[in-house]
Amino acid sequence: MDSSNKNRFLRALSAAFPHTIPVLAGFLVLGIAYGVLMLEKGYGPQWSVLMSAVAFCGSMQFVAITLLTTAFHPLEALLLSFLVNARHLFYGLSMLQKYKGFGKIKPFLIYTLCDETFSIVSSVNPPEDIDPKYFYLCISLLDYCYWVFGTLLGGLLGNLIPFNTQGLDFALTALFVVLFIEQVKKGKNWIFGLIGIACALLSRVVFGADNMVMPALALILITLIAGRKKLCN
Amino acid sequence: MQLTPVEIIFTILAVALGAIATRFPPFVLFPEGKQPPQIVSFLGSVLPPVMMGLLVVYCLKSVSIQASPHGLPELISIAFIALIHIWRKNVLLSIGCGTALYMFLIQKVFGV
Repeated sequence: MDSSNKNRFLRALSAAFPHTIPVLAGFLVLGIAYGVLMLEKGYGPQWSVLMSAVAFCGSMQFVAITLLTTAFHPLEALLLSFLVNARHLFYGLSMLQKYKGFGKIKPFLIYTLCDETFSIVSSVNPPEDIDPKYFYLCISLLDYCYWVFGTLLGGLLGNLIPFNTQGLDFALTALFVVLFIEQVKKGKNWIFGLIGIACALLSRVVFGADNMVMPALALILITLIAGRKKLCN
Repeated sequence: MQLTPVEIIFTILAVALGAIATRFPPFVLFPEGKQPPQIVSFLGSVLPPVMMGLLVVYCLKSVSIQASPHGLPELISIAFIALIHIWRKNVLLSIGCGTALYMFLIQKVFGV
């Protein structure tokens, strides 16, 4: 990077950082929890960090602990990971425009498009004097580092946090709640927010906590496509 | 630890591949040079609020209404976050106060 590029990157970094603070809190706590859990199952930081850095898919990594402690079933791991992560299919559709023309960094942005990063990049726009490409890169990069770093801490130190962190991971729920409000404030978006809540609640009640994602996504897709004409008016 | 190092690496790669298979398809199916079909543009424009609603419910999926404390800490904290956010419009303030309240509630008020 030449010096003007480096400058643009640093300015984007300082503009992006405040948006990621809730993720910092949530990912450190959950990352540490993940590192500790892996350690308890006999997997040292080299493995937990490798998983976090390569797979980078929070909730699925917790599911994968079970896979790592039973028998070797790579195909099952792949299918399960696809199903648990299926909601990501919808994130890309919303980012086609925003990530347009980002060239070499685009694969990294797509690779690391997790729930938390999506919630931020789909809700906030970069300040006018900040290069959008670097702004989005910094949000993705920071969130990614928090997760990997949290995992490393948990794997190295175990559970050594001196205060009671129970409930600190609620920061991520709070992040989604706040960004939900930010989203539904715009125009008629409240209808769409309501559709998301209703479809998810219905799937949760009918299919239970462990199987709610796929039915919810299907319901959302059907509702949006069937109601498109009405919703657009 | 029951798997061999090679098996662990393949399991990690399998999990990663599953995640990649959910993140890349939209960008591969609708590349930059081509105008995506109207339905795709429509979905892309309305999905952020829809998915934010889904994520909120998803975060709360393991909360039980029947068992004590009946989802009260979550309900109170979310209502508080909504109020403070509509009032002050400050993302970090809302999340910080909401999380602090939730921690206080489950550790001190509803804790065992």
